[in-house]
Amino acid sequence: MTGDLFQLSGLSLTYPNGTCALDGVDLSVAEGEFVSLLGPSGCGKSTILRLVAGLMEPTGGRLNWLLPVARGDIGFVFQEPTLMPWARIIDNVRLPLDLAGVPKGEGNDRAADGLVRVGLGDFQKAFPAEMSGGMKMRASLARALVTNPRLLLLDEPFAALDEITRLKLNDDLLSLWYAQRFTALFVTHSVFESVYLSGRIAIIGPRPGRVVAEVPVPLTFPRDLSVRTGTDYGAICRDVSDRLHAAMGLAA
Amino acid sequence: MNGVWARRLLPPLVGVLFLLGWETAVSAWDIPPFVLPPPTAVAHALWNDAPLLLQSSWITLIITVQAFLLALTSGVALAVLFKQSRTLEAALYPYAVILQVTPIVAIAPLVVIWVGYERVNLALLVLAWIVAFFPVLSNSTAGLAAVDPNLRDLFRLYGASRWQMLWRLQLPSALPYILAGAKISGGLALIGAVVAEFVAGSGTATGLAWRVIEAGNRLNMPRLFAALVLLSILGILIFALLSWVQRLLLRRWHPGGTG
Ligand SMILES: Nc1ncnc2c1ncn2[C@@H]1O[C@H](COP(=O)(O)OP(=O)(O)O)[C@@H](O)[C@H]1O
Ligand SMILES: [Mg+2]
Repeated sequence: MTGDLFQLSGLSLTYPNGTCALDGVDLSVAEGEFVSLLGPSGCGKSTILRLVAGLMEPTGGRLNWLLPVARGDIGFVFQEPTLMPWARIIDNVRLPLDLAGVPKGEGNDRAADGLVRVGLGDFQKAFPAEMSGGMKMRASLARALVTNPRLLLLDEPFAALDEITRLKLNDDLLSLWYAQRFTALFVTHSVFESVYLSGRIAIIGPRPGRVVAEVPVPLTFPRDLSVRTGTDYGAICRDVSDRLHAAMGLAA
Repeated sequence: MNGVWARRLLPPLVGVLFLLGWETAVSAWDIPPFVLPPPTAVAHALWNDAPLLLQSSWITLIITVQAFLLALTSGVALAVLFKQSRTLEAALYPYAVILQVTPIVAIAPLVVIWVGYERVNLALLVLAWIVAFFPVLSNSTAGLAAVDPNLRDLFRLYGASRWQMLWRLQLPSALPYILAGAKISGGLALIGAVVAEFVAGSGTATGLAWRVIEAGNRLNMPRLFAALVLLSILGILIFALLSWVQRLLLRRWHPGGTG
């Protein structure tokens, strides 16, 4: 077991308009872990990711990094592919390297490599408008991973995709995680998705959000289709679902 | 297919029918040519006065193009400046609006006097620029603000500098807006040039608008109509050219564009 990458202690955030989105979030994430944040819409999951990414400052509590993180050590995947419509896929994927001043030749090699790893090797020259939603999301993943980040933040990345594409992308994300050994913090509101992907699930209660339960997922990696049809998977999903409903103050 | 053919063929067909009707009406009701010249007389004037009219078209076109380019560059540049400094925007934007809402006809004599009759083309340029400038400014301002918030966060996450934000994110995001503004501004530059020439008046200016005034004063209606025809052709050319540039530059943004 490796050490923690970061710890959130008593993390709170009140938006300037007075909305208290988070109140006392406690969570530690170990290096190399795959952790899901599971909770109802509006409970503050995106806010947690934005705080961890450094896009906002908390209004209370602390965020401690136990390992050094520099620019490019954090990748972010949004719910929308968030590609630049005016740029070819390869240029989109190379963006983080361009912004860091990496020479274009080297950047192109690394971006092309990243595209191959997400199965888009033949689409370097395509424009986003020419690609399907699933392909755009793959490009978005390739862009987030092109800097070889220590931490990958994913904000409901597959929620807008159809079921078949989503299952395929879940497997591809896990393969990338085995291969590149980054730490993943994955936001979702799907119980099934969180159980399938993660080593641990943090359930976030309704607003103001805080971690109301942490559930380790007792399934071994690597995981594949056989997991989804196994009896363990169903039982764990049932358990997580019960806890989620309890957190929301509803009967299971 | 039917729809495409209808859209290609109907406008010219309507035009030909209209001209035929016009010609017949003029001869049937014996309308005097100083009230309404028949299309054939206009065509004659176009042909006979071609050297004079083309020279005047050239002058109007040059002023229009200069005013448009000036409006485009200054409008975008000012929008970029406003984006960098809220204070500057708050201080100057109202004056840009005042310049826009003040009727050009009202300021034209002043500008002509200040710039001087001996430099009347410069005065025309200034006036046409004032008319053409605002759509570029307001559209560019809107465009620079219309950045996808997630993309902006992504740039911030990777520590993008102000310069990188501007060149790699804000300006490309604003491009569709800037081009839409440019399309309006191109037409306005021509209108501005014509109005300015009307105001500058007698003999100093020699563009198409002056030909219209001159022909009107001499009751030379065929030539007046010929000048009007050339003015609309200029307007159509400017609009078509800018539409083409717009399509070319935005092709990739929309589905169906080929890479
Ligand atoms: N910029 C903002 N200003 C004010 N309130 C916000 C802002 N962003 C989000 N909120 C509010 O904070 C709460 C948590 O939002 P969010 O983190 O997006 O939740 P989730 O991702 O779990 O759906 C919601 O009630 C939302 O309306
Ligand atoms: Mg969210």
